[in-house]
Order: sequence, then structure tokens, then C-alpha cells
Amino acid sequence: MSLSLLTAEFHVERDEIRCIACQVCVRQCANDVHVYDPDDDRVYSDETRCVGCHRCATLCPTRALTIRCTPQEFRANANWSPSIITSVFKQAETGGVLLTGMGCDQPYPIYFDHILLNAAQVTNPSIDPLREPMELRTFIGRKPEQVGVVQDRDNMRLETRLAPQLVLETPILFSAMSYGSISYNACLSLARAAKECGILYNTGEGGLHPTLYEYGPYTIAQVASGRFGVHRAYLETAAALEIKIGQGAKPGIGGHLPGEKVSEDVSRTRMIPQGTDALSPAPHHDIYSIEDLRQLIYALKEATNYTKPVGVKVAAVHHIAPIASGIARAGADYIAIDGLRGGTGAAPTVIRNNVGIPIEMAIAAVDERLRQEGIRNQVSLIAAGSIRSSADVVKAIALGADAVYIGTAALVAMGCHLCQKCYTGKCNWGIATQDPYLTKRLNPNIGARRLVNLLRAWSLEIKEMLGGMGINAIESLRGNRDHLRGVGLNEVELRVLGIKAAGES
Amino acid sequence: MRYVIIGNSAAAVGAIEAIRQYDPENPITVVADEPWHVYSRPLISYLLGGMIDESQMAYRPRDFYARHRVETMLGVQVVRVNPAEQTLTLAGGGTVSYDRLLIATGGRPFVPSVPGVSLKGVFTFIRWEDVRGLEQAIERYGARTALVVGGGLIGLKTAEALIARSLRVTIVELADRILSTTFDRTASKLAETLLRRAGVEIRLGLTVSEIIGREGRVDHAVLQDGERVECDLVVLAIGVRPNVDLIPPDSGIQINRGILVDQHMQTTVPNVYAAGDCAEAYDMLLGVNRPIAIWPNAYRQGYIAGCNMAGVLREYAGGFPMNSVEVHGVPTISVGITDPPDRDSYEVLERYDRERPIYKRLVLRDNRLVGVICIGDVDRAGIYTGLIRDRVDVTPFKDHLLTGKFGLISLPREYRKHLVVGEGIEV
Amino acid sequence: MKRIIVHEEYCIGCRLCEIYCLTQHSQSRKIIKAFKEETPRPLARLVVEEAGPLSFAMPCRHCEDAPCVEACLTGAMQRDERTGAVLCNEKRCVGCWTCIMVCPFGAILRNVTGRKVASKCDLCYGEEVPVCVAHCPNEALTYEE
Repeated sequence: MSLSLLTAEFHVERDEIRCIACQVCVRQCANDVHVYDPDDDRVYSDETRCVGCHRCATLCPTRALTIRCTPQEFRANANWSPSIITSVFKQAETGGVLLTGMGCDQPYPIYFDHILLNAAQVTNPSIDPLREPMELRTFIGRKPEQVGVVQDRDNMRLETRLAPQLVLETPILFSAMSYGSISYNACLSLARAAKECGILYNTGEGGLHPTLYEYGPYTIAQVASGRFGVHRAYLETAAALEIKIGQGAKPGIGGHLPGEKVSEDVSRTRMIPQGTDALSPAPHHDIYSIEDLRQLIYALKEATNYTKPVGVKVAAVHHIAPIASGIARAGADYIAIDGLRGGTGAAPTVIRNNVGIPIEMAIAAVDERLRQEGIRNQVSLIAAGSIRSSADVVKAIALGADAVYIGTAALVAMGCHLCQKCYTGKCNWGIATQDPYLTKRLNPNIGARRLVNLLRAWSLEIKEMLGGMGINAIESLRGNRDHLRGVGLNEVELRVLGIKAAGES
Repeated sequence: MRYVIIGNSAAAVGAIEAIRQYDPENPITVVADEPWHVYSRPLISYLLGGMIDESQMAYRPRDFYARHRVETMLGVQVVRVNPAEQTLTLAGGGTVSYDRLLIATGGRPFVPSVPGVSLKGVFTFIRWEDVRGLEQAIERYGARTALVVGGGLIGLKTAEALIARSLRVTIVELADRILSTTFDRTASKLAETLLRRAGVEIRLGLTVSEIIGREGRVDHAVLQDGERVECDLVVLAIGVRPNVDLIPPDSGIQINRGILVDQHMQTTVPNVYAAGDCAEAYDMLLGVNRPIAIWPNAYRQGYIAGCNMAGVLREYAGGFPMNSVEVHGVPTISVGITDPPDRDSYEVLERYDRERPIYKRLVLRDNRLVGVICIGDVDRAGIYTGLIRDRVDVTPFKDHLLTGKFGLISLPREYRKHLVVGEGIEV
Repeated sequence: MKRIIVHEEYCIGCRLCEIYCLTQHSQSRKIIKAFKEETPRPLARLVVEEAGPLSFAMPCRHCEDAPCVEACLTGAMQRDERTGAVLCNEKRCVGCWTCIMVCPFGAILRNVTGRKVASKCDLCYGEEVPVCVAHCPNEALTYEE
């Protein structure tokens, strides 16, 4: 075996005065960074294994550990960055596709950070959400062209038959994250939080564990190219169905759950043999056109007796606007668009970092296109792909989304430190793993509580922002791009986003 | 209604605490021939050995009787129980009447009919005053050597206390090994080794045939085989019998080896209960009633009796022998049937590490634990006791029972959850 | 009364309960001092059991009908009337280990660092929440009525 040219990415700094050799770090590191030497009664660290997840530093009772980022400093080179050089090293050593987890970490412009919100001053009043009602309730589903009402003696009655709708108490859903990619406790945390907050979570392509059926009314069941875990009860239990065409982190690429993560329970839920890789094909082998997609949409609607919304999730790619138009016309009740920075449990790094477009552009383009075609009402839009804060939610909705999916933010709420090693199955936080030593680290009581807290906090902030703009319902914000202004954006970017530059009136 | 308790030790305290838990009002009277505030009888050997002082003898705080509103008649001997009249006759002729009576008179030491037992310097050792007598013999008369007759637990504790007082001690035991009722042969031999290491002389298969005095005091003893043992004092520790002299034969209270009680600790006469060393209660391992003279059982029986006396029906699930003693600083525990006579219906698991030394012996019947010996390593031995009490089938984890890491984690999921998480039990 | 409830499914085997218990029952009550300066090292009052991925801490359950209280030869093991906790009065304990023999949870430990005494969970007498519960990072120990 020849010498590896890779050096440690992190440096574990141990304050020996503080370290009591209690070995919490030893027990907590699934990567075996820390080793106790009983002869010296000391703990030593092997940095080369450190992924920078901070589990040890967070649990250390004497705060003796600091994890520092220490790539060796190469000669400065604006072109050949350390990460590019080490990628070459890795590939020269392994000859393989480099894998990664979570969303794109490259310094592409984050348009949310170049968009500013408006507030009411003098000419219209702002609203204090603590004193006045503020509506965040959102309905996901096809809306009728017009609403017919009949007067029935004293009662007003809706004459129009509405398409099935999902009701969200706040315009946020949990993104598709499969049981398999994440642990059962993570799924349970999401399901419980969704129920408590009156929103929905999404099974991803992981099937539905029998014990999670009770959360059916808060569940979106995904049907993806591998069709894992799809059966009658699965479809019937969920509140909505979602056909997954693509994912922002890996547009055009299938899914790959490594066999190590296909535990007995996962295998039963997915209906595949234990320990085998779960490969979701890149395309659906029965979908080669909008017409084919329409067939699947209607097959699912037929299967569930037209009682549930059927949505389609696609990655944000260059022609997202006409694609979305086609999906709307194919009969989808909602379109979920996952942007460039959307997360993943495992994706080729090169794909994650180089394919797709930012969600801000995609959502603006799609909303604009559907309006132009006069079919915006036929479909709801869910924006996904790195919604990091309540401000991002508000901006995404103002750009044209009905609601947003949050995945990474939910994981971070549960403890994820974005070490990007989900694909190894050794998540020290008990989230992206099926290892029984690790999964119990996520207590679903805590996970659910933290998620509920996050949603509550964001909802309060959204109300504050809406109130500031003088808006008292999230509905009134949707596509209301006059409330947005760009800073540091060029004319083309402003045009695509459909917003004016800051200072323009 | 008036509760009367004869006796003032573990069973009596158990009963008082139970009665007061349910009946804060009706009077309780304790009548006992010993004059002391309730003390911990097992501590007499610690007191004699100088490991503790008299202030540490109290089994309950000084205000125990007051706080439990107990009237005490201490130093008062009950000579007769009269169930027909519901009264007690006291030495000197007085009477005490009761509505509910608990007989908790404990045991009295067995004194063999050996020539010389009435000499000064011959003691039994179950009461506080025995400590004073022995101390006097040591301090005033300068006793330097002692013969302990009986190699049971009392004999052993006595020997250790005397060793601590710098006496030279010989134990003579009729059986061919010491602690023959609590230990198996291996454990006995190990204990003998430890005692000898502590300086104790041990004579087995023998008893004392005569105690020879000089000027009315013990001078030496002669064993059955003719050996002369120099001793300035003799402690008779060959056993304890239920103390039932106060029960007349025509009382209707049935006595076998002890006072027979039912699962409510009631004797064969209504309103009369018995508990502790004087009682013959259920042995859950042997399936018969018999006296088991150990402190924890006495408290438990007294407690159960107290509940029932106060009108709260509770059943005594049965007891079994168990003892925890240190032998020359080495902890030992013996629980249940440790040396089954009939090896066919019992299975024995053993682990013996002679170096340390650690000896563990588990006795099983129908794949259920019925006996345990732990010497040298007694940590978490109570888990075994729990398995005995709960009659748990150990088949699924039999191989783990004697491993160093045995713990609750080795138990089957359901039983473990029952213990760890508390599923299915009220704790 | 409030008791420590063990949730084995969430125990992550970090042993922080043990570490904080030891600290709480040390002379200094300061974690670094307790580990680095106090000799002999103070003892934790609970047991952590581990086998494969399964682990749990086993502090005293402070049973209603506590066998240790019933069996205690000296009366050292008593229920605290105010809090309901089963406490060992170490001054009165003579280290006979009868409590260890009868505790079906194996929750009583021998402390032979000084005078031999039985050592057990005292629910961190005086603290509102026992330190093992307060510092359990995953709520595998909770303190409930």
C-alpha cells in the first residue's frame, strides 16, 4: 500500500488541563478518533479520522475539546484550491466517484442573501402580529378557475367541487427524507413534529414504517423511480402522494442507499432484501414524457379515488419553467422544485456541486411562466433547496412559492452539524444512520421538540415580517415580488427574479 | 383497640412501622425483657470487637417510640400469654390486655448439657448484656484465650470480635466444616483458610466434653478427643431456638419448631400474630413452614404482621435464608439452598478463582435459581436474590450467570424491562 | 415522590451520568478536581451497564417496599420522610453488605475507599434535579412523579 497524500482535515485540540480522561469522547466518536490509553490514563486523538461533526466537543463535560479546521496550507492558488487538490488526491488514490452528503457547499451566489424585504411606513400601516390576527394557514392543491356559491336559505354553500387540498398551519413542510437515509428516530421526530405543528412530512423513497401509519394525515408518501415501499396501504394512509422525478442535489441522477444502511427494519419497510444496495434508477422507466407522467399521476389519483393531492417533485434545472408548465398540465396538484443547494444523503460530489440552478431563480421563473400561461391556480408550488431561515421562507413565497420544504434546516434542528458524511452511515448525531449504537442518540422526544420549536420560532418571525409589510395573510404575499428588492444583482438576475433593485420604486 | 407487641427487635419495629403507616391513633404497647432502647442485635459482635461504640447500637433513632406513639414497658418479662382473656401475665403478677398481639420474642441460645456450663466465664452471645459480660471477663479478669463452641455464623462473628480484642480463639465445631448450614464444602474450606489466616484455631468433628473451672471461673476445656484447650472464657454458639416459653400448651397457639403462622403472620389463634425468630413462617424455597432466624425476614414478617393487625390484608410471600458476613475482611454472601442434599434434582454452577480468591456457586432447580454463594466478590449479588425471589427461569441466560459482566443487562428483555424501566411493577 | 426513570432505548452509553454523579459526591464538587486531584477517586453512586448497543444507567429506584431498608441490620438504610428517598446514613453503616445481598437491581455499591460503607444514589440530596438526570444529554434519565 502506498502512502496516501491526504492529510487531516481537522485538528483536535485537547486541553490537557481540562481533560479528565472520562472517555465520553471515546465512546461518542463513531469514527474512532479518540483512543484511551490506560497505561498513561490519557486520551489521544487520531485527527485523520475526524469529520468535524463536533459530537465529542459538544458532549465533553469539561469543554476540553476544540475542533479546528486545518487543511494543510498549500501555496496560495486562486485556481487550484486546497479542496480541488485534495479531490484529485482522493481520486488518484481510489479511482472512484467522490461521494458526499448534504447540499452544495460551493460559493455560488445565494440570491436570498441579495434580496431585501419591504416594510410599511406612513402610507400604509404595519400590523402588530401580537395584537391582530395573522393568517399563516396555507392550502396546497389545485384551485378552481372560479368559485360558485349558492345561497341555501340562510346558509352559503360552495357549489364548486374543490380538488383535494393539504392544509398547512404554517407554509412549511419537511422535505422528503427516507427511512434508510435517516434513522427511524429521525423519521418519528419529523412525523411527531408535523402532527403537532399541523404540517406534513415526507417519506422520501423509504416506504412507511408500520408504526408511523398513525401519522398518515401528516404524511406525504413519495413514489420514486425505485418504487420502494409502495403498496396499497402506503398510498391509502398518506395525506398526499408525491412522484419524485428529481432532487436538487443530484438532478438526473438516481438514488443509492448503500447496503450497510439497509437494516432488517429498513429492508422490510422498503420491501427489498436486507443488506442489498437500494438503487433508485435515474429516470422512471415508465416516464419519458409529460404524457407518461400524466399517466402515473392519474394512476395514483385513481388508486386513491381522487381523494388526495398528487404532486411532482423535480430538481431546478435550466428549463424548469416549461417543465413545470408541463407538470401542471399533466394534472399535478402541486410541484415541488428543489434547487441547487438542496440536500442529499448521498450524491456524487461533482453532480451536487455543478448541476442545477438556484431555487430563487427557479421559483421566480416557474411562477412567472405559470402566470403567463394562466394556469398558476391549477397547481401549488413548493420551493425547496436550502431554506435556512424564516426570511428565506418569506422571500421564497414572495418570489412565487405557496410553501417551502425544509430538509437541511430540520436536520440541523435535530442536531446535524453538516459534516457531509451522511453516506457513510456513521452519523454521530444518530440521524443519517441505521447503526443501533448511533440511532438511539436521537431521542424522538427531543428531536420532535426541537423541530416544533424551530417551526414555532419561524412562524412567529414570519408573522413579524408580514406585519411589518402590512400584510395579514401569507396568501397575500405569494408572488408579491413588489415586496422584494435586490442588492448587488445585475440586470439579468433582477429580471429573472422579477424584482426591482433596491432603491427603485 | 390496643396493639401489644412482645419483643423489641426487628420484627417489633417492622410491626410498629406498619401499624403506624395505616393506623395513626390506636395505642401500641411494647413489652420486652431487655431494658434497652431498640438496638441492632447483629451489631453486638461489632460492639464487642470495638468496631463501633454503644452510641451506634440504636436500630432506630432515640425518638422512635415517641414519634410512633408507642408505650414501652422495657425490662418487663412476660411469663404467659392468655389468649382466652386476651391478656398477658407479667413477671411479678401484673397483666396487660390486648386486642391484637404480636409475639416477637425472638430466639434463645441453646445451651448444651456439658459439665461446667454454669461456670463464670461461660457465655452465650445474642444479647447486648452478653457483650458487657464478655467485656468484663476480658477487662476485669484479663481473659486472653477463648473457646467458641459452634462454627456457625454467631460463632464466627464472636470469634472475629474476640480476635479484634486480641484474644487467642479456638473454634470447635461438631460438623466436619464450619458454616455447614450456610455454605457448601468449598466455601466452608475457604472460610476456614481465611479464619486460620486471622489466627483462629479450628477443631472440626468435635465438641466440648467438659469445661473445667478453677475458683468458679473457666480454666480450660476438654474436647471430645481429649484435647485440652486453654481458655479463659467459653462462648456457646451452637444455635438458637424459638423463644416460646411464655405460650402455655393449652393456649390454642400451635407450636412446632416455632410458632406456626399463616400467610398473614397470624397464629392459630385469632388476633394473635407472631413474627421473627420465634415464628415458623413459610420458606418459599423448601415449600414448608420453618423458622428462619435472620434479621431481614424478622423485619419483613413483623411488617406484614403489623399491616394485618391494622386491618390491611397483606400476605407474606415467604422467605429464605440469607446471610452476608465478612470473614477476615473478605465479603461473603449466602442465599437460599446452597448445598442441596439431593444432587439429582439440582444443578450447580461454580466459578472458583483461587488466586484472588473469588468463589461463586449457583444452585438451580428446574432451571430456577434457588441458592447462591459469593465469596470475595459480592457486588450486585442482589440480582441473584431477585431471581430467586421472582422464580425466574434462567435457561435463556444461564451461560451468563457466572460471567464477570453479569448484570441486569444479561437478563431477558421482558424481565430486564420490568426491572430497569419498571414496566409491570409498582415500585 | 419523584423518581429517576430509566429509558434504556435512549441511553447512548456516554456515562456522563456516572461522571457527574462522581463529581456531585466528591469533596470539591468540581469536575476537574474530583477526577484529577482527589484520591482515592470518589465513587459514582450508580451503575452503567453495557452490552452491545444496549446500555442503561441503574441508579437506586427508591422502592416503596425497599428490601434494603427492611434488611438493613443497623437501621442505617432509611427512607427520608421529607423526600421519600432511601438514604444510607454512612455513619451508622457498618459495611455488612446485607443491602447488596437483597437489592434486586444491584443498585447499591460497596465503598471501600475509606471506612467500608454501602454507597447508593441519594437523589443528589438537596438538589432540585439529580445531576445524572440534569446532565443526561439524551433524556435517557428523567425525573418524574
